[in-house]
Amino acid sequence: MDIRWDILAEYAPFFAKGTLLTIGLSIVSILIGSVLGLAIGLGKMVQNKWLAFPFKAYITFFRGTPLLVQILLVHFGLIPLFMGETNGIAAAITALSLNSAAYVAEIFRAGIQSIDKGQMEAARSLGMNHVQAMRFVILPQAIKRMIPPLGNEFIVLIKDSSLAAIIAVKELMYWGQAMQGQYYRAWEPYITAALIYLVLTFSLSLLLNRLERRLATE
Amino acid sequence: MIEVKNLKKTFGQNEVLKGINVSVKPQEVVVVIGPSGSGKSTFLRCLNLLETITDGHVWIEGTDITDKKTDINAIRTEVGMVFQQFNLFPHKTVIENIMLAPLKVRKVPTEKAREKGLELLRKVGLAEKADAYPDSLSGGQKQRVAIARALAMEPKIMLFDEPTSALDPEMVGEVLEVMKQLAKEGMTMVVVTHEMGFAREVGDRVIFMDGGFVVEEGVPRDIFENPQEERTKAFLSKVL
Repeated sequence: MDIRWDILAEYAPFFAKGTLLTIGLSIVSILIGSVLGLAIGLGKMVQNKWLAFPFKAYITFFRGTPLLVQILLVHFGLIPLFMGETNGIAAAITALSLNSAAYVAEIFRAGIQSIDKGQMEAARSLGMNHVQAMRFVILPQAIKRMIPPLGNEFIVLIKDSSLAAIIAVKELMYWGQAMQGQYYRAWEPYITAALIYLVLTFSLSLLLNRLERRLATE
Repeated sequence: MIEVKNLKKTFGQNEVLKGINVSVKPQEVVVVIGPSGSGKSTFLRCLNLLETITDGHVWIEGTDITDKKTDINAIRTEVGMVFQQFNLFPHKTVIENIMLAPLKVRKVPTEKAREKGLELLRKVGLAEKADAYPDSLSGGQKQRVAIARALAMEPKIMLFDEPTSALDPEMVGEVLEVMKQLAKEGMTMVVVTHEMGFAREVGDRVIFMDGGFVVEEGVPRDIFENPQEERTKAFLSKVL
């Protein structure tokens, strides 16, 4: 197997641009997905089952259908409905955020519910209201437990952002496919893309490990 | 101080409290005994609404806590509670555990809260543990911190829910000692316990519960030496 370095050199600037867009998509989607996920997770924990129902339905839908289908639905259905025309980047961010929010919601819920109920009772018995008990007693403990699964979810999201290539968002995978299409070569574009994804996910997991260690010693 | 009238509590189909009438006077130490499943812990937890009350009324210092308009958080600042499982906050040091509620609920200045916290720690004999985390303490030490934490809110009433049941035998004494001291200082206390020695020595009144009812109540000497009810006799013959 000979490697054609020349076409790699030719595509290097495109891979660089694509990588930046992948990072951008991921960061924005992680942020929106986390905020949305927190809200949905809290919504699902509401005692009243009628109020909790829409949140449960949301999670069921987004965890139970393929992300690819969601991306296509958002790209060709939702975005034109709101913006009047298709917009790949908006669609990718929307679909990734909505999808990620469902998983993040479950992580938040599980994290909060993993804290012994005696903690809430002790806080309430001291006269704290629900919000104070959550803020000062439950969440600080729950967040530590949420970090490993949240890290997993963020890594999944980085990898899943490659599906945006399907709707012609010019991220990393898009350029990989473009290169394959132009030169009919498989190894060069896809090994390059794989290595770049690996660097991104590995850096993130190193970062999260450090954060986890710091919180553990606190 | 505490007035309980026809208190009922059901969990689903299961009626745990079937109409409890109890009153506790200021500075009185009332000890609640009875077999497990008799409803004594549930009864105690109804007194600060950790359990919702199905029927009946509870007045704390004249305020009906079953009234929807009652600010239960305000009532709870006056009613301290100590749990079987301690329930210390593991992410906070001992002194932070004690200071948290005074700082956030009573809005006491930090310096004052700290001073008060250290004073309480000295009282329960743990001043040197102020900056330790709960994980590094023994069970008895944890429970003494939990008592100090409840006292930091300067409650008028203290509820104890089997405070020594999760402790190794050699640590029971140190916790009971702190409770005894508290009783001597005139704290109004309701104590659910299996420590019959404590009930006899410190209690002003003993309540024997079984099957969701108060079966018998009276001064400890009468209950322990001359019980009137068959069920009381049967229970005491097993535990004494």
